[in-house]
Amino acid sequence: MRTKEKIIEKVLAACALITILTTIGIILILAVEAFSFFQEVSFVEFFTSTQWTPLFTQKSYGILPLLSGTALTTLIAITVALPVGIIVAVYLNEYANEKLRRVLKPLLEVLAVVPTVVYGFFALMIVTPFLKMFIPNLAGFNALSPGIVIGIMIIPFVSSLSEDALSSVPDSLRQASFGMGSTKFQTAFRVMVPAASSGIIVSAILALSRAVGETMIVAIAAGMQPRFTFDPTVPIQTITSYIVQVSMGDVPHGSIAYQTIFAAGITLFVFTFILNNISYWIKSRYQEKYE
Amino acid sequence: MNNAQKSRLLDKGFRYFGIGVTVSCVLVLAIFIGFVIYMGLDRLSWEFLINLPSRFAEQSGIYTAWIGTVWVLVFTTLISFPLGVGAGIYLEEYGKKNKLATLLEINIANLAGVPSVIYGLLGLEVFVRMMKMGNSILAGSLTLALLILPIIIVSTREALSAVPSTVRDASNALGASKWQTIWNQVLPASFGGILTGVILALSRAVGETAPLIIVGALAYVPFAPSGPLDEFTVLPIQIFNWVTRPQHEFLINAAAAIIVLLLITFVMNGIAVYLRNKWQRKINW
Repeated sequence: MRTKEKIIEKVLAACALITILTTIGIILILAVEAFSFFQEVSFVEFFTSTQWTPLFTQKSYGILPLLSGTALTTLIAITVALPVGIIVAVYLNEYANEKLRRVLKPLLEVLAVVPTVVYGFFALMIVTPFLKMFIPNLAGFNALSPGIVIGIMIIPFVSSLSEDALSSVPDSLRQASFGMGSTKFQTAFRVMVPAASSGIIVSAILALSRAVGETMIVAIAAGMQPRFTFDPTVPIQTITSYIVQVSMGDVPHGSIAYQTIFAAGITLFVFTFILNNISYWIKSRYQEKYE
Repeated sequence: MNNAQKSRLLDKGFRYFGIGVTVSCVLVLAIFIGFVIYMGLDRLSWEFLINLPSRFAEQSGIYTAWIGTVWVLVFTTLISFPLGVGAGIYLEEYGKKNKLATLLEINIANLAGVPSVIYGLLGLEVFVRMMKMGNSILAGSLTLALLILPIIIVSTREALSAVPSTVRDASNALGASKWQTIWNQVLPASFGGILTGVILALSRAVGETAPLIIVGALAYVPFAPSGPLDEFTVLPIQIFNWVTRPQHEFLINAAAAIIVLLLITFVMNGIAVYLRNKWQRKINW
């Protein structure tokens, strides 16, 4: 009996340890392949050259075009998702009655379950042609359209996390504000949102990290052209869509082209790792203020 | 107009603005889905479901793709379900408040935020190359299983922590061992919640494209796979392949395949929501 209990506990612990192995595995393989890459290509070239052409005969390995592409789509996405997400959260939490909330919330959640490849189709087939009506010189592949669509996709992410933050603010604050004669609007934006700010910032950072890692939408609608630019109307490439592009072709294992996807991958991993840890730190440091 | 009137006007304005913004989000989704149905519904037929891929758009079907998706789904479930639930049980019921538990918790939070392409790179290096599985269903399923593991663990923990400690205390007081308590009391009471989380995680796996492209799932597979070590494609990759073709006819195929993919995703989510509601209503602590 005792031994059986012990064995079960060990087996369960082993399941949990797989997650640690996964992390170690990710860091190890990215580091090893990137290490081989950096023996061929200098750090200086990697971080300062503005040309990314590992698949051409005239090879150049500057990550900047991929970084600018990623930054551009991420920025556009967050510009869409953050204000909309916060407005939705405030509306649902402070204004909407219970019945309306029960209808709208699940409908919003549907935005988050649609597969990303489907969003890519939407960006290419609906949003780009629509935007072209207002921006005639918009290219068929561009950063603007996938950026907006990523933003739409992560709205429920921002809104539900912000809503959690808002609803964890004690009701006494709200009542005190009403007692002072504030309207709902004043209460929401001068009392509740500031009080829930740490949670809202966490939601923004997690949304940012999600947008940085988004792949299929940009792979389909942004064009696969690495270009060092911040012009949202021309084709670009992000770190993630470069990895997909290489994986679709036949790149032999051990070649430098193969190693580039790991060099790109470790860059991506570092960025999201930093973002995730900042949000985790803010959460554990500030969020229990009211308990 | 004095300040109080202005404030009231602003308040009223936001009431309409807020619902306007919220409803617009839902409306955008409705337009997207309406568009895809309008574009693809005509192509959707029995032939479309049972035809092999072809270079002629009208004769192309998604047979290899959805068979591949089913294979991947089955193996991902077989791998991720026991591992994820096991890990969740360990973290919630056994490993509380020690250093290892804290480390595991931070680590899982981090893994949940790792982009899916990174899991693809891990799968490519570990399963495809080191373990020599090749571009197989097994390699793809293992990769997806690792990807959804954090989601399953977190939702399992939530379901377990919803079971009140009085249930555990009562069982322990009757002389049950720790595992007997978990197996006979805690798991049955939380099973609906666990299942909900697992289904939601699997519905995410069904839609994943990038990690499978990286582990070498092919855009074109002439025959449906017949075993876990066969090469494969899945629905999202077939859609991606069609979307990137210049001919309009293939875009119609993509729209039709998207309808099928959305249907699968929505049905899975519907089942999960149904289970959650049913389970929540049944239990009155």
